[in-house]
Amino acid sequence: MIRYLIVFALSLFLIGPALAAGGAVELTKRDWSFNGPFGTFDKAAMQRGFQVYREVCAGCHSMKYIAFRNFADLGYNESEIKALAAEYEVEDGPNDDGEMFIRAGIPADRMPSPYPNDNAARAGNGGALPPDLSLIAKARANGPDYLYSLLVGYKDAPSDTSVPDGMYYNNAYSGNLIAMPQPLYGDDVTYADGTTASIEVMSADLTQFLMWAAEPKLEARKRIGVAVVFFLSVFVILSILAKRRVWADVH
Amino acid sequence: MSAEKFQNPVVRWIDHRLPIFSMLDHEKYDYPVPKNLNYMWNFGVLAGLSLAIMIITGIVLAMSYTAHVDYAFEAVERIMRDVNHGWMIRYIHMNAASFFFIVVYIHIFRGLYYGSYKAPRELLWILGVVIFLLMMATAFMGYVLPWGQMSFWGATVITNLFSAIPVVGDSIVTLLWGGFSVDNPTLNRFFSLHYLMPFVIAGVVVLHIIALHRFGSNNPIGIDASGPQDTISFHPYYTMKDMVGIAVFLLLLAIAVFFFPNAMGHPDNYIPANPLQTPAHIVPEWYFLPFYAILRAVPDKLGGVLLMFGAIAVLFVLPWLDRSPVRSARFRPLFRIFFWLLLIDAVALGYLGGKPAEGIYVVLSRIATAWYFLHFLVILPLLSVFETTKPLPKSISEPVLSRSKSANAPLGAGLEPAE
Repeated sequence: MIRYLIVFALSLFLIGPALAAGGAVELTKRDWSFNGPFGTFDKAAMQRGFQVYREVCAGCHSMKYIAFRNFADLGYNESEIKALAAEYEVEDGPNDDGEMFIRAGIPADRMPSPYPNDNAARAGNGGALPPDLSLIAKARANGPDYLYSLLVGYKDAPSDTSVPDGMYYNNAYSGNLIAMPQPLYGDDVTYADGTTASIEVMSADLTQFLMWAAEPKLEARKRIGVAVVFFLSVFVILSILAKRRVWADVH
Repeated sequence: MSAEKFQNPVVRWIDHRLPIFSMLDHEKYDYPVPKNLNYMWNFGVLAGLSLAIMIITGIVLAMSYTAHVDYAFEAVERIMRDVNHGWMIRYIHMNAASFFFIVVYIHIFRGLYYGSYKAPRELLWILGVVIFLLMMATAFMGYVLPWGQMSFWGATVITNLFSAIPVVGDSIVTLLWGGFSVDNPTLNRFFSLHYLMPFVIAGVVVLHIIALHRFGSNNPIGIDASGPQDTISFHPYYTMKDMVGIAVFLLLLAIAVFFFPNAMGHPDNYIPANPLQTPAHIVPEWYFLPFYAILRAVPDKLGGVLLMFGAIAVLFVLPWLDRSPVRSARFRPLFRIFFWLLLIDAVALGYLGGKPAEGIYVVLSRIATAWYFLHFLVILPLLSVFETTKPLPKSISEPVLSRSKSANAPLGAGLEPAE
């Protein structure tokens, strides 16, 4: 049974992807720095991606699970984070008089959202709700490749496709009609480190940043994983040897 | 059982009053196990290990979880981001759930292949099916707790199934929901039951083991041990053999947890539940897909529900459907072919359950569903009458001895060690 079961499982592995493939949209596959068992985030790219988020996306999209203190992961030090948080206004309270008040942000605060609630967000965007971006890289199939493809995927609609008002044509979006206007064109931001802000670079940087936001423990996870897998591989070998030794007298 | 075999005076004092050490000793050394068990017999222990991993990680997760529709999703993100190693605990819980089902499915198919459900082990098998049912209920309710889109819509679809029951259906659904839609009371009772059920499972596992130890393990040849020459003690032989399985299991689990933690999940469950927005395709967790395919194969709602539960109900009566006196498929050439067809059928159902219910997929689902029931209700009873089985060996030792003589066995023989 074991022999056939192994053959069966292997053939499933071979056939499985072929059956699973065949989606409607073609995604651009990129070699992300965080791919693979030793993958890590590219801090410089994440900082640039954060800049793109702040200057372009944050007008409509919240990131409510991200606190300013989390930006230490991007390579900012404590005083930079304090200064960054202080640039935002946060509602706090009630104070001793029972009033809500506005104060400058501190590192423990979550990122303020652009709209007070979903209804306000819809009202400001022609009825479409801009999703929160904290988890977007995990909330879509093939997250990073999908996000990149979407950001660079705005094209003129083919002549046989009519695009209704308030909709835009996008290669990567399911159904090709998306309510989000093209966010990036190239040179939308000026990078402090002098990197050319082409649409491809900005899209990749933003994707890098969003992947970190969705999976901030990715580096620790892979680092621990390598050690655990090494340890357990030794355990497998030792247990096989021990078993053979113990069983040597059974026949 | 005398307590004198223990050297340690404390152990001896305790054992005289509370013979737990004698009991353990009995299970370890006196419990005879057929000496020819292959690695397929690891999966019972692995299922127990999975249950232990699920209970331990689950208790830790519950410490940081909030069962409220407004906070559940955020609580899970808190665990992922702010709780020390919370991401690891959660990913272990998520992936070990899938591994639990993989292990149990292999355990079930091993039982099917080697006829482990046959007399005198019918109750052992039935208790196993009970555990499987409890597992499915537990897993279903656990998947609702993160309160993502698939949690919410999966819960809506599955609980709605009960409305198909005549007369009392709607009342049952209201009872399950604790209201008139899947909402906060639903989440609360699912959390409560999700915490309770694993301990119920553990209780049935104890009964499963008591029933197992009544007649001992079946074995790849499927004939009873005829004497001490056919058996060995559980420790150290099977403890060491199980250790190999445990090591491999943990290695594969670690690879999933640390490198592909979301591969067996659905991306939509990282979107907070939204009762006003239905996902494009509502799919349950992968381990429910074969049953989901059966459900959708029937055009009638009640019929689909009955057939889905029938797919498990048929396992309860399996010992009386397959009446062939020969247990192991090794000596049943026709049964063996149908066994592999059933496995292919089950995998096909799983694949079809994940596809939209339209076009060719519906037709294929119906064929696969029909085959599933045909296998149990028609083919097995017929085979028990008409199949010509191969001659059985006289004892377990006989083929074991003849196998070990040809040490330089044919290619691949090492994969099925029958030492």
